Amino acid sequence: MAPSPVLPKLVGQRVKRREDPRLIQGLGTYVDDIKLVGMQHLAFKRCDIAHGSITSLDTSAAEVMDGVEAVFSGAQIAEFLAPMPIGTPFPSPDHRAVANDVVRYVGEPVAVVVARDRYVARDAADAIRVEYEELPAVIDPEEAMKGSPAVIHKDFANNHAVGPFHSGTGVDADGNADDTAIDQAFADAEVTIQQRMVNQRLAPTSIEPRGVVAHYEPGKDAMTVWSSTQNPHILRTFIALLTGLGEHQVRAVAPEVGGGFGSKINIYGEEYVAAVVSKRLGIPVKWVEDRSEAFVATIHGRDIIAYVDVAAKRDGTVLGLKMQLIADIGAYNMLLTAAIPTLTQLMVSGTYAFPAIRATVTEVFTNKTPTDAYRGAGRPEAIYFVERTMDILARELGMDPAELRRKNFIQPSQFPFTTQMGAVYDSGDYEKALDLALQNANWDQLKAERDAAKAEGRFVGLGLSMYAEVCGLGPSSSLPTGGWEHSQVTVERDGRISATTGASPHGQGNETTFAQMLADQFGVPLDHITIHHGDTNVVKQGIGTFGSRSQAVGGTALHLAGGKVKKKMAKFAAALMEANEEDLIFENGKISVKGAPSAGTKEFSEVAAYAYVPVPLPEGLEPGLSEEAFFEPSNNTYPFGCHIAMLEVDRDTGEPTLLKFVAVDDAGNLINPLIVEGQIHGGVAQGIGQAMIEEVVYNKEDGQPLTGSFMDYALPRATDFPRFELDNTVTPTPVNPLGAKGVGEAGTIGSTPCIVSAAVDALSGRGVTHIDMMLRPEKLWRIIHGSGGQS
Amino acid sequence: MAQVSITVNGKTRTEDVEPRLLLVHFLREQLNLTGTHVGCDTSQCGACTVLIDGRSAKSCTVFAVQADGSDVTTIEGLSVGEDLHPLQVGFWEEHGLQCGYCTTGMIMSAVNLLNDNPQPNEQEIREGIEGNFCRCTGYQHIVNSIQHAASKR
Repeated sequence: MAPSPVLPKLVGQRVKRREDPRLIQGLGTYVDDIKLVGMQHLAFKRCDIAHGSITSLDTSAAEVMDGVEAVFSGAQIAEFLAPMPIGTPFPSPDHRAVANDVVRYVGEPVAVVVARDRYVARDAADAIRVEYEELPAVIDPEEAMKGSPAVIHKDFANNHAVGPFHSGTGVDADGNADDTAIDQAFADAEVTIQQRMVNQRLAPTSIEPRGVVAHYEPGKDAMTVWSSTQNPHILRTFIALLTGLGEHQVRAVAPEVGGGFGSKINIYGEEYVAAVVSKRLGIPVKWVEDRSEAFVATIHGRDIIAYVDVAAKRDGTVLGLKMQLIADIGAYNMLLTAAIPTLTQLMVSGTYAFPAIRATVTEVFTNKTPTDAYRGAGRPEAIYFVERTMDILARELGMDPAELRRKNFIQPSQFPFTTQMGAVYDSGDYEKALDLALQNANWDQLKAERDAAKAEGRFVGLGLSMYAEVCGLGPSSSLPTGGWEHSQVTVERDGRISATTGASPHGQGNETTFAQMLADQFGVPLDHITIHHGDTNVVKQGIGTFGSRSQAVGGTALHLAGGKVKKKMAKFAAALMEANEEDLIFENGKISVKGAPSAGTKEFSEVAAYAYVPVPLPEGLEPGLSEEAFFEPSNNTYPFGCHIAMLEVDRDTGEPTLLKFVAVDDAGNLINPLIVEGQIHGGVAQGIGQAMIEEVVYNKEDGQPLTGSFMDYALPRATDFPRFELDNTVTPTPVNPLGAKGVGEAGTIGSTPCIVSAAVDALSGRGVTHIDMMLRPEKLWRIIHGSGGQS
Repeated sequence: MAQVSITVNGKTRTEDVEPRLLLVHFLREQLNLTGTHVGCDTSQCGACTVLIDGRSAKSCTVFAVQADGSDVTTIEGLSVGEDLHPLQVGFWEEHGLQCGYCTTGMIMSAVNLLNDNPQPNEQEIREGIEGNFCRCTGYQHIVNSIQHAASKR
């Protein structure tokens, strides 16, 4: 007999991904790769003005084109599709998937074509003639708040979608504010600083645009919807709601999904339209977004203004922080739109134990594409505002930015720590992350290099930021969709393991990390395990992938389900081996008695086979090895870290170049450090993109988007980055048995403020204290050459 | 309709096409070679990159009729039998992909890069893939993947 292999423990190892072989060979199946017999293609006619009433819509030329199956105006769609629901408990105006009277942003659909192929569908959409009576375009959120130049939704006076809504010190559960403590903080201050900052609008831009295939089968009275989505179970719920079907009649499938970054959480009008058109016509239909469509039709992110006031003592002790937040949410409330700025509000405390904080948020409608979750979703904005504030304060006080932060940290002994904003931080050791980052960056030497460069007349600067963020989203009290996750683990008759997860991945690598966990749990080889996801007919329940929750919540559900199966399998093994189940160990593909190998060892597969043909059936056991678990966390998790940037601005062109980027992140225990690195790299790249080159821009007069393609919206390229230098500390969370916090968004959260602070530092000799993102060379050139002002 | 004869991954395909049909749609819709992806409509993203007569090209920017008589290699034609191409191995070993959508075009651009410059330095790699967007990886592991492939040549 061959010696049995010794299987390595895989949790914590840099295991290469099991998803990759199909993807590197072009064998993955994304939505646009799906072809069904008789499938027709949709194209949307979109309005080209920001605000107006439809006065006429003529589809006659489109209807008679060869290959056109049907054309529906917004009014016709409204006959069989109700307004779109949202996922937050805030009031919301009616929002039709296809507008039928007033259009409120450039790109809003006004009609839909069903045709033989995508070329014909596009031709027909172009042949639809629409006339509008234009209304004033509401573009500036601070003007919009005064109801100027128009009110976009009649029931929302002054374009206020949400708020003003107070939170923090002195605010009770009903939102009533007592200003005594916050006023006292400012009265006691030796230094106060005020600053207006903008966290600009961004386009999330997954490289796979959105897409959907809907197939209603009249014979079964059942609907299948394949969609490029982050959360097929939420999609199923909403498609059922709007098609009049039950959830048992709807199957939602997220096939290979080409990135999401939050933008594929929302359930979009195109998905509803595809479903109801398929149902009405009894044929499968496909819609795939063009990139130029994506820039107006897929949600945007960020776009929030902060008026910040900070009160401190000369020694750097911060006494109080006030923020007036104004979020430009665009024309409508989408699934989570209204909740995102409240996350900004929640997290303005960052890593600090400031004794008094007040944040007030107002969400404002404008004639722009709606905003919703974009990687970080509220937390990058919060951290940007508080970290830029700390940087400005450090400069004012003449303190090292690291020392100012150190003075105000929440201390390790204070966890769990309830912030002034009401968040309960689970665990943290901020000084440890700061010290490691300073050491890895060689902070003192970098300062000497910067000073030497400045002495030569170069514009070199250093920036540092700390972050704490909220992720691992759950419990259900914090998420209207439910804050749990689900998994079912099955040991098959041949001893192989099938597991499902409701955390539907789109690049996160769950097929690898989750298999690593089960391989260790059951002591079996990695390639004996398959992780199923993304299909609601296979994965019984789920919430989805967002808020960096896959590992902390989904991974824990898997771990718990695995534990249940293992326990049952041990009972079968105990019966077979006449041993005590408590004494069994699962390793190297075998089950044996601890400390007594002579008592007999069974192959894992042999016990599995017995469980499915249990003769005799052990008393009290049902046949089979398949168990499920729902995991509801008791709290969110709060990862943290420290990012450091060094940047140079070219005197002649104003072009900023990032010279160095050092990150120390703490996401608790890591399952696969290779995948974690990839997540940090990607997040940091998006944060650098925001700081340096990305911005969605609208014409301020007529609301036309000026960044409607990759010709105008600068997505970062490989040459835009230096090599990132990563490291991590490990502070496990007590919130789940894995001790894992979540890492998907951290990179976007910590990175932007340190880059802007580095640019300000580089140009500090020019008297500048703050520069709004993005760091447009023209802006920097004007600061250097004296024709600029503050930003 | 126009007739084209294009050799794709070693097999000559003679098909009737609309004159306006893009090469990428010819590959994806008519030949069912869906490994070549579409990520934009302005020739910026590079997800649709294939080799035409051995040189990388963005197949969303070429009409099928323009490729008449050409030899086209797509991602599906890169591995030889069971053996992955060294760049495919590199991307797997170095975690050069996450969602996988840009990956196939990225690999095809990297094939072109290494054909021109078998031992590129890091800056040359970054410049060589400038025509390809990746939103997931921040490019660092992609650079490592290409270095991995170059080191095996």
